[in-house]
Amino acid sequence: MAWYLVKRLLQLIPVFFGATLLVYFLVFMTPGDPLAALCGDKGCTPGVAAALTEQYHLNDPFFVQYFSYIGGLLTGDLGVNFSGREISEVLAGAFPATARLAIIALIFEAIFGITFGLYAGLKKGGWFDSTVLVLSLIVIAVPIFVLGFVMQYFVGVKWGLAKPTVSGAADWSDLILPGIVLGLVSFAQVLRLTRTAVAENASADYVRTATAKGLTRGRVVRVHILRNSMIPVATFLGMDLGALMGGAIVTEGIFNVPGIGNQLYKALTLGDAPMVVSVVSVMVIIFCVANLLVDLLYAWLDPRIRYA
Amino acid sequence: MPENNFENNDATGRDPNPEARSHEAAVREVRETADTPAGSHQKDLGGLSTGIMMEHFVADVARTPVTATDSRSAEGAPVSLWRDAWRQLRKKPTFIIAALLIVLVIVVALFPQLFWTQDPSAATSQCLLENSNGKASPGHPMGFTAQGCDVYSRVIAGTRASLMVGLFTTIGVVVIGGIIGALAGYFGGWIDGLLARLGDIFFALPLILGALVVMQLPYFKAHRGVWTLVLVLVLFGWPQIARIMRGAVVEVRNADYVVSARSLGVSSLGILIRHIIPNAMAPVIVIATISLGTFIVAESTLSYLGIGLPPSMMSWGNDISDAKDAFRSNPMPVFWPGLALSLTVLSFIMLGDALRDALDPKARKK
Amino acid sequence: MRYSRISKTLGVAAVATLSLTACSGGGDSKESSDGNAVITADSVEPQNPLVPTNTTETGGGVVIQQIFNGLVTYDTEGKTQNDLAESIESKDKQTWTIKIKPDMKFTNGEKITAQSFVDSWNYGAAAKNAQGTASFFEPIEGYETVSAEGSTEDKMSGLKVVDDTTLTVKLTSPQSDFEQRLGYTAFSPMPSSAFKDMKAFGENPVGYGPYKMAKEGAWQHNSAIDLVKNEDYKGPEAAKNGGITFKLYQNPDTAYQDLISNNLDVLQQVPTGALGNYKSDLGDRFSDKPYAGIQTIAVPEYQNNWKGEAGKLRRQALSMAIDREEITKVIFNETRSPATDFTAPTIEGYEKDLKNSENTKFDKEKAKKLWAEAEKLQPYNKSEKLTIAYNADAGGHKKWVDAVSNQIKNNLGIEVEGKSYSTFKELRTDAKAGKLTGATRSGWQADYPSMYNFMGPTFTKGASSNDSRYDNPEFEKTLNDGLEAKSAEDGVKKFQEADSMLLNDLPSIPLWYNQANTAWSENVSGVGTGWDGVPEYYKVEKTAN
Repeated sequence: MAWYLVKRLLQLIPVFFGATLLVYFLVFMTPGDPLAALCGDKGCTPGVAAALTEQYHLNDPFFVQYFSYIGGLLTGDLGVNFSGREISEVLAGAFPATARLAIIALIFEAIFGITFGLYAGLKKGGWFDSTVLVLSLIVIAVPIFVLGFVMQYFVGVKWGLAKPTVSGAADWSDLILPGIVLGLVSFAQVLRLTRTAVAENASADYVRTATAKGLTRGRVVRVHILRNSMIPVATFLGMDLGALMGGAIVTEGIFNVPGIGNQLYKALTLGDAPMVVSVVSVMVIIFCVANLLVDLLYAWLDPRIRYA
Repeated sequence: MPENNFENNDATGRDPNPEARSHEAAVREVRETADTPAGSHQKDLGGLSTGIMMEHFVADVARTPVTATDSRSAEGAPVSLWRDAWRQLRKKPTFIIAALLIVLVIVVALFPQLFWTQDPSAATSQCLLENSNGKASPGHPMGFTAQGCDVYSRVIAGTRASLMVGLFTTIGVVVIGGIIGALAGYFGGWIDGLLARLGDIFFALPLILGALVVMQLPYFKAHRGVWTLVLVLVLFGWPQIARIMRGAVVEVRNADYVVSARSLGVSSLGILIRHIIPNAMAPVIVIATISLGTFIVAESTLSYLGIGLPPSMMSWGNDISDAKDAFRSNPMPVFWPGLALSLTVLSFIMLGDALRDALDPKARKK
Repeated sequence: MRYSRISKTLGVAAVATLSLTACSGGGDSKESSDGNAVITADSVEPQNPLVPTNTTETGGGVVIQQIFNGLVTYDTEGKTQNDLAESIESKDKQTWTIKIKPDMKFTNGEKITAQSFVDSWNYGAAAKNAQGTASFFEPIEGYETVSAEGSTEDKMSGLKVVDDTTLTVKLTSPQSDFEQRLGYTAFSPMPSSAFKDMKAFGENPVGYGPYKMAKEGAWQHNSAIDLVKNEDYKGPEAAKNGGITFKLYQNPDTAYQDLISNNLDVLQQVPTGALGNYKSDLGDRFSDKPYAGIQTIAVPEYQNNWKGEAGKLRRQALSMAIDREEITKVIFNETRSPATDFTAPTIEGYEKDLKNSENTKFDKEKAKKLWAEAEKLQPYNKSEKLTIAYNADAGGHKKWVDAVSNQIKNNLGIEVEGKSYSTFKELRTDAKAGKLTGATRSGWQADYPSMYNFMGPTFTKGASSNDSRYDNPEFEKTLNDGLEAKSAEDGVKKFQEADSMLLNDLPSIPLWYNQANTAWSENVSGVGTGWDGVPEYYKVEKTAN
């Protein structure tokens, strides 16, 4: 088990370099000249353009740029972004808000998705099952930028149940509404996953056996049905943590959460490679660690699964 | 709800070798059990829910002549899993409804001219600002968009692109992600390490970044359309299915029937294809059918950002995002394409459910 | 568009009626203004550190405007009025003598002298400092040396300090509107501490203006910038409130939601997403006023279909096939006004009915006729479909591009469609390289209130924003005559002549003038908008209930 952990953590290294190389290359390849973005509509004078090119190493070949970035990274210096701010400072400022947002979304989709899914799965085909199916259809069919604005308008502005936008500090309480919006699509997926797995396991032999043994209904559901239904759900939730952190661009924009999504999108449109790579690198690490945790969870959920 | 109801769908759970049983046999057996005195206190709820399995689980075998049971397994040659599933499927009302809906959507996508009153991309059909956000009127049953275009004919015309994006992306991620996930989960070890980490890298990449670059490659720039979009979505979407598949395979590979198949000397590949994949498909089908809808919506987001379909190409997603601004004053241009999208997703979800039930003998309904 | 001034989202004001409106919201509670109350306003995260010579985009620009005033400022109509300057004089419009008011101080207590100006301008112009506003110093003698590629020089020979309060500026040629230019924030003085560590200065800038940064670290990145009133400010823009907190928004629709729930006091511009509802949401709490900005479509003359005489006729046909009245009414809900020239109604010398302005009037029949005439000269190549490029990362452009495309398609019977670029930089790269395959959205947002500023940078040969590659020596000569004219009136006449030439050639097609649609909450009064569409925050009063 310990060896498995070490092995998985060691795998982070090639993943990290692979991802940074790939992302740096992709940003390098994005169309358009970063100078055009830096100079705006009115353009720069040739002298200013030359100075900016030098300042941001825009003319260096790809590998020179990449290795100078990696070199800085290894000495703990991520460099500055196109706004002249330390990238490490930008990350430290923006990640906590995004992390809080993602965690709220994750908790929301886990609690409601699993509860609703369990109930729907136990009574497959019943009215509750059909209702949540329609509910998930709405969530799936309406893009988040429409859904977000509608919820912001009604919940935040019209009914005054929550602040329509997030204040500078991005406290947990401010992030509840955006977190729910962010988690909605995943909520539908968790719900359907749980429902299917529960419906399947509810008819499994061991459940019948457990019931025959005279276990209470609650215990059968909790220990035998739910626990055995959790593997696909846990897999999904583990992946979703990464997806939520990176995929919050739209939600963060709607609710004005000062998070990483906006920084990433800005850097992308500018072609600010060091900034993009730094953000993605952190996400790769979070993503890998979350996946590792899920793999460890497998063994707990299903003792037959062993790691070596 | 009484406790007995949740187990009642399990007509076939008793059978030690479900895969080798023909459907007719199963039905016959169900009828027999329903007629037996032991089933006297079970309620027949239209074939969907019946009675208390615990009781006739025991009684059933005792009252069925042993010879009958024997003859059954002898009479039907082992039917392939998929053929068996098909026999299950075609009797299910949800499957029939879903299939009809899907056929309808496909017909609309292939032959939109049968449905629209006027080709919205033709030079003769004009979007006039004087009709902007107009209400429904004769000949325009769904009203007008902010640009004064007929919503109905746009919904019809948008079907093709939306369905193609949703369907082919889903097929792409299920095939690629499914294969990679199955291999990673089944073989474990370095194969798992390699494939899973590859997936991690791709999944951590922002879709927008990938799409920005890929859409800009010379070939893609010149041929921007449904296929390039599908390719980008598959390229950055497969890790999700792979990961789900891997998890399900890891769970299944230790199941009793796999262990026994292995000890019987069935080849690795045989086990994977015949036993593991069918049993691990359930979560993949669930995610895939939902993703079908999210891919259609993702198209609108990418198009909105200028890296999806060209603006001249009609799609539900594009129309929904265009209508967003006027949502508070005129929600109908969001509603209609949204409804079309929902119905399509609904039919695929129902189809997926039915397919999953059919593939999984344990969950078969009577 | 995040980085461009053209699509700057700006705001406005109708002043007299406002306090009445605000009162009605308060019911019978008695209202009085509180001179110490801080107002909230919207902006976006500045792209660069807050250095006046390096700020060309709106997020930073609006803050810089509040904390850096220079020799002159512009009043509501765009007329210059002295601020730090005692007098600005020149006999030949080439050598200028500038006298500064004595005993003026930066907010850190340092004295503002002639040297402060010379240092700041030299810093802004020198290529080695890579300042975004460098080109504004172009008229000054010696600019060529310091701005050359790789130059290490940073002293312009045209700038001379005479004594503590006097400096002379020698230009390379006479410029009748030089004084007007001096109100642009790039010409504001910076204290000596700035040149020691510009990076630290950009985080906590110190200047001279109606406001100052509230404290060290008042710029909370991506969230807010806190300004407080500068009690020592002695110019014409003294603040009537205690300070401004700029909330930094990622999305203008979000700022709007905050406004209608009274979490935001002043909104620069009603966003496109709220155009359908803002009148019912806000009652009377908004204003619209034209400002110095215009939206156009540039049609590059390097494309075969748009070359020469036939190209000109076709461009005129396009222009007449667009019903500007209808689009501004339906798509923009009257938040833009149809354009009839290439400048803007708030600029001195603007005339609604210049010669050739009939080319901007909707006339379907004439458009068809012109198109047919062009066909006789050179047939239109249908395989090169007309596209109108826009960048999607800004949002809001697709709507009007679609409407314009539909109108041209309906009225001329040719294929037209929008072409979306994913990023601004990609569109700019193609435009600069002359690689556009169709028309592109374009336009101008004035830096200083002068007709020249609308035409010089966009339609002269080699100018950085000349997307259509217009090249007309006669036009350029007329413009130059205007610049060198002895009196402002003569200058304006020449500029109008140049404007008429553009209206005939239509290197780009004028669509509509921008309007500032400032909106405000129930908690403030006196909101007004300047000539450039930015709210005049210093006039806003917070009403206490």
